[in-house]
This record gives sequence, C-alpha cells and structure tokens, in this order.
Amino acid sequence: MDTLADRTAAEDVLLFVNAAIASTGQWEFHSNAAQQDWSLDFLHEYMLVNYRDVYAAMLALGINDHNRARIVLRLLQTGREASGSQRVIEGHLIARTLSDLPTSRVYRLFTTLQRAGVNNRRARAVMREWLLGRENLAFEAVKYRSALRTAVRHAHLRIEDLPGSGELAAFLFAPLRSGRFATPLFEAWRRAHFEQAAVYALPYTVAEGFAAVHRIPRATFLHRIAPQLTRNERLRLQEAASRAGADALAADEHDLGGMPLTRLAAYVLALPVAERERRREELTGALRSAARRAAGRRVGTWGRVAAVLDDSYSSSGSSEKRRRPLVVALASHFLLEALAADYRPLWLSKSTDPLLVRAHGVTALGDRVLDGLEARPDLLVVVSDGWDNAPAGMVAEVLRVWTERLDPEGATAVVHLNPVFDAAGITVRPLAEGTPTVGVRDAEDLPELVAFARFATGRSRLEDLRGHIAARVGHLLPKEEPWAA
Amino acid sequence: MGRLTLDGLTALPSQVWGGIRLVPLARDEPIESLRLHRSGFDADGPNGPYSARCCYAPHGLVAEWTRDGTAVPALGTALQMAARTVRKSRKPPTKLDHRTRTRFIPHQTSLEAFLPLPFNAPVDAWNLWAAFASKEKGAPREDLTAVGGHRVTGLADALRVFEIHPDQCGVLVYAADTLAGALVTPHPDDYRAMHPTLVQDKYGELIARYAHLHPHAPDLSGRLDAAAVDTVADLRAQIRAAKEAWATFHEDVMAAGLLDLDYRISDAYRMQEFTLQRFRPKSLQRGEAHVGESIMDDEGRLAFLHSFRLSETQLRRGRLLEALAEQRWDPEAAGAALGISVHALGERLRTAGYESVLNMAAFRRAEDR
Repeated sequence: MDTLADRTAAEDVLLFVNAAIASTGQWEFHSNAAQQDWSLDFLHEYMLVNYRDVYAAMLALGINDHNRARIVLRLLQTGREASGSQRVIEGHLIARTLSDLPTSRVYRLFTTLQRAGVNNRRARAVMREWLLGRENLAFEAVKYRSALRTAVRHAHLRIEDLPGSGELAAFLFAPLRSGRFATPLFEAWRRAHFEQAAVYALPYTVAEGFAAVHRIPRATFLHRIAPQLTRNERLRLQEAASRAGADALAADEHDLGGMPLTRLAAYVLALPVAERERRREELTGALRSAARRAAGRRVGTWGRVAAVLDDSYSSSGSSEKRRRPLVVALASHFLLEALAADYRPLWLSKSTDPLLVRAHGVTALGDRVLDGLEARPDLLVVVSDGWDNAPAGMVAEVLRVWTERLDPEGATAVVHLNPVFDAAGITVRPLAEGTPTVGVRDAEDLPELVAFARFATGRSRLEDLRGHIAARVGHLLPKEEPWAA
Repeated sequence: MGRLTLDGLTALPSQVWGGIRLVPLARDEPIESLRLHRSGFDADGPNGPYSARCCYAPHGLVAEWTRDGTAVPALGTALQMAARTVRKSRKPPTKLDHRTRTRFIPHQTSLEAFLPLPFNAPVDAWNLWAAFASKEKGAPREDLTAVGGHRVTGLADALRVFEIHPDQCGVLVYAADTLAGALVTPHPDDYRAMHPTLVQDKYGELIARYAHLHPHAPDLSGRLDAAAVDTVADLRAQIRAAKEAWATFHEDVMAAGLLDLDYRISDAYRMQEFTLQRFRPKSLQRGEAHVGESIMDDEGRLAFLHSFRLSETQLRRGRLLEALAEQRWDPEAAGAALGISVHALGERLRTAGYESVLNMAAFRRAEDR
C-alpha cells in the first residue's frame, strides 16, 4: 500500500538524511552559518516531532558527527515523549554513538547539555556511563579540564567512582591549592604555571596557552612541542612552522601512509601548486593507495564509470569549510578510479591533471554531463553543489531530453552527490527531477551513497526505506542487555 | 552623435542571485595593447609587470593629492603611456606614478565628480567641482540621488558568489532586470581586478529601489525541444541554439536601453590606435539614460566601457548643467534658454543641491544685477 502519506514520509526522511550528511552548520559558499543552522534546526525539530523512531535510527546511518551530536541532544532533551520500547533502542543508539564520536565532540555535547539545562535521569546516566568507560581520563582531564568539570558537576557524579587516580577531584576543583600531584600529567600541568620546561610535557592545545603566558617564542615552542603533536596537528602546523622558523618540524617526514582519503585530499589541495608539482609522485601514490584501501574488495568491480567533477569557483567553499566541495570531488575521483574497470573523469574546467585542480570558472554542468553520457557508461556520477549557471537549468533539460529520447531504457544510471546543503532550499540542491541526489560528506562513503541513491529517485517506497534503516540499526545494536533505558 | 555597440563581445548565460542578474561578456581574443594602469595590480601579484603600449586608469579609482592634503579625483579616465616609450623623455622610466597619486576607494565623489564630465562643465572650474563633490557636506543629498553598491540589496552577495568566466572581459549589472551599469575591460586580468570594485560604484536611487522591491529576478532559461532530438549531435545543436538565442535576446531586448539610444559623443582623445570618448544621451527626457566613458580601437572594437544609469534627479541636474554649458556658463543666457529668470534658475540649482556652484563669481554677479 503506497499512499500519499507514505510517499511524503519517504521524501521527508530522505531530505533529512541528505541534510544530516552534508551540513555541519558552518558557512558555505552561498549561505552563512546562521542560515545553515536555522535550516538544520528546522529539519531536526520536524523529524523529531513527526518520526521519532526514524529520527533516532538516523544515528545508525552514516550521517556526520555534528548532526549525530545534535540528535543525541534532542533525544535526551525530550525523553519524556518517548515510549518505553523507544527508550530502549534510543539508549543503545546513544551509547554506541558516544563511543564512536571523537572525544572533543562528546565533551562539547556535555557542555551543551549543561547550557540547555537538560538534567534528567537519563541524561545523567548517559554521561556517567560514558565517563566510567574512559581509559585515559587523566589525559582528558588535562586536555578538556573545564568541560570535564562541567560534566562532573552537571551529572552529580561521585568523583571517586571515576577511573584513574584519586587525585581527579583535587585536580578539577582545587588544582593549585593541593600541593604536588602524584599523577605525572597533573604535576606537569601544575608546574607549567611557573616552569617553562614543564609546558612541553602537556598536550599541544593546552601547552599553547601556557606558551603564551610564558612568552615562549613560537619557533622554540614548535620545535620542542613536536613530540607531543598528533598526526593531524603535525600536518596542520608544518606550513606555519616553516614560516616561524622551526625548521626541524617543517622538514619532518610527511607520513601520508595511513591517512583517510578525504583528509588526504584536503591536505593535498591546501599545498601550493609548486609543491604539488614537486611531490607529484608521492602525493598521487598516497591518494591512490588511500583510495584502494577505501574501496577494499570492490576494486575494479564497477564496470564503465564516468564522473563529472565540479571545480567551479563555488567549490572553493568558505573560510570555515575551505575547498570542501573540491576536496570531495578530488577524493571521489581517486576512489572511482579504483572502483571502476574503465573510468573517465570530466572536470568542469576541462583540466586533465587532477592533482593541480583549483576552484575557478563557471559551472557549465549541462555540456559536461552530456560529454559523460555520450560514451554511454554504466554509471555516471556527478559530484557538484548543483548550482548550474552556464546556462542555469541546462543540466536538468539535458537529463530530461536524454531520458526521454536517447536512453529511454535507462541503461546509464546517473547519480548526483552533493557536498553542500542549500540552506535557502532546506535541501541539497538537486540536478533534475528523476535524478537521485544524495548528500556527501566524506568521499569514503561514496559506494554506500550510490547504493542508497536508489531511494532518492522519488519513486521509492517507505517500507523499503524503513527496511534499509532497520537493517542498519540491527547491524549496530549489541546483543547484551539494554543500557540506560 | 552615435550609438554604442558591443561588437567583439559575446553575452554569456546570466547568473542570478536574488533580484540581481549579472550578464558576463566574453571576448574571443583579449586586447593586449591597452591595459589597466599597473597601479591597478599588486606589484608582485600574478599579473606582475606587463608591457602594454597604452594604459588606462578607470574613473574614480585614482585621486591626486594636492599640497594641502585634499584629494582631487582625476578628471575622468586617462589614457597613459609608459614614459620610456616616449622618445627623448627626461622622465625616469620607473617614476610613472605614486608620487602625488594614489588609488583610493571610490566613494560618493565618484558619480558626482563624473556628472559634469559628459555635460561639459567648465574645465577651469574643475577644482571647485572637485572640492564640492568630495566635501561630505556639499554632496547633494547623497542618500536620495545615488547609493553605494553595498547598499543595493543583494548586489554585494551577487558579486561575491558570481563565478567569473575564464575569458570574461565585462559584465552588465541588472537589478530587477533593469540595466544598472556596464563594465567592459580589454583583458580578462583587468576584469578580475575590477570585479570587486563594482560594489563600491554608485548606483542611482531608482536601481536601489528596484533591487529592494523585486527580490527575485525571473528564470529566463528556455526549454529544449525533446521531439527534435534523435541523436547526441541534435542535443548538442539544441544547447548551442539555446545559448545563441540568449545572446540575441540579451542584445535586442535586455540591453536595448543602452544600445538603442542615440548618444552625443564628446571629448575625443586619441593615443596610439585608441580613442577615449564620453557619451551622454542625445535627449535628456524621462526614461532610461546612461552616461559613461568608452575607449574604442581603430577597428571599432569596444576596448573599455564604464556606464552609469542616471536617475530622474540626475537627469534634471543634467538638463540644468547642459543648459549652462551651452551658454558657456552665462546664467542669464541659460535662464533665457530655459525660459526662466536668473533667480528661478538659481533656485532650481539650489534645489538640485548645487549650492556651491552658486558661489561661482559669474552667478553672484548675475544675481546681484
């Protein structure tokens, strides 16, 4: 039975999935943070009120961290409205989500709970259980000191129950009146207030503040803090280090081996063109191997694939999401190259050198999509923000005429991946009616998203979609007893 | 007497943001021998030094600084040549500029200083005009007659999200599909340097009002005819035809207010193969009226164009200035030509905001009599 209500529900769910994958509430090229936030907030509220169980189940789908934290917040805020069985599933999903999320995001979520005045029994239990499971709480106490203190206070925790040494209470609430600490990291933090050498035993983000207090020159600081840096901090700081004169850190060997594909693409595109030229082989090799890792056993199984990749000016993103759409396009290029047996990339600027792409020029999607369709591949992937403007709407016309006249059997599947959430339209901007559009955050999800796109054609049925989501939830739920229900 | 043409330039598909429509113009081949004055570029930027035979500095972007520290906007666009290209020049080749001259952000002086140019205001009174135009107090009711581009609803955002075409050498700015202004440059690099200054330009109050009241420009994209398509080549032909249809439609309908008007063209100024001229509409009656400056080359190609659309108030002022200019700034004769007394003419000038003009000696004498 496929009623109008069912179809609407399916559309709503798809709308939300796409938004929750693509949007992070930050500035985009066409809209600012406030607009993004407003649109996203509306979608969350709408889903929570109308489809609470699906809304909770979204935690099991590959949506981005920002939206997962947001969903957890809203679920905890409105626990009273959930039925008993809903609470059990929500409890599992929340626990699983918190263990997956980066540590910093969880602490930020706790702070948000405190600011929003959410202090029900379930919220306190969630915070307690998560904190009880931490392995290195002493380190986190130093790195996220104020957030942890807020969480402990807000959740009415008995601090003796928390793992680690008994000095946690003293460190959080009276650190400079308690004398020496036995825990080395606490002691280093205490000494860093008056001793420069102790600064370098602390995590980088904490040490930076002390370095400012002690007026340590930037070059000296970067040179000596180098052993404490995480890999991402190291990559991020290398350019700055060479400017500041910390040559040892700047000349440090780049270890691009284990980096995820999208992050690697972002790193490559942040390099100056001359350096990309110089390290061409190293970078291309790293991107290829990251793509093969992401493709896994699917390497070479996709047949003939063409991709239209957007490197127009709008793919430069914003100052908060620098070059993000272009990064996704570049990562998709290498991933599709690994997945396909026969692959044809079509950049909008007609560039043939993916390593040197830059965001410039107009978005003439119509012409390029036709170039891609002409060879009649099995699959055409379009990675673009959907702002077709040379001329506007031409790609919709091309796809319409193509399906009507030139490929009525639908031998070529067209999938549009959109890395940008359009705040004004409260959706990811589609290419054409009948062409599935899905949001994308990391290029690694591309195979799942292309499979998911079958729901986004507008002809999908709610049962299929619910089935898909239930399968993902079932996959994620543990077999043991429910927790915090 | 003459008309403007956009020969050598092709209108590309427009980009719309809210009520603002920007129509890019592209050249098949850029003009290399005329370029933006090099102070328009960063010295060590990617455009670096280049050897153009002729340079221009767009109006309102350059001011000269006098000894007492007041800024005098340059009198219109100038065509310039590097000193070393002039034979036997004693001017050292490196000191072409930068001594008393600086780039400055065009503010309200830009348009007010521009107005008298096409209307032949007396050149010997230029300092008076410049002082009048640059003094905040003297600027005639600034909020009513012309507003800066940043105050035209949506223009700043439209320019920010506009995607510049690689061959683009110009743009036409439409607010609610009314032509607000045109900019044409000889070279794509020049255009990229000039693009951000469009938001600092002045636009008539009419344009600001249109942009405010019509927040959405209509979608003018056409539909392809599916029935006529049997092969991919057919589809390509349809796409090409749609683009050509847009270019024709734009020239015949959308830009008609600029191109179909008869202009008085004055101040011909030649250097090398280029001619600098100022244009103003032949008749100053109500309706769409553009004034501006253009540079043409010998083959009749448009190398540079910068135009403003006059508002009704500015048209009225134009009529007054023209009457004065035709009578060589003799107030009595001008009053007679308009069929009004000297006092009435003075009153009109005052209402138009040209109070400081009345301080000119000739006026005082005429009013005293």
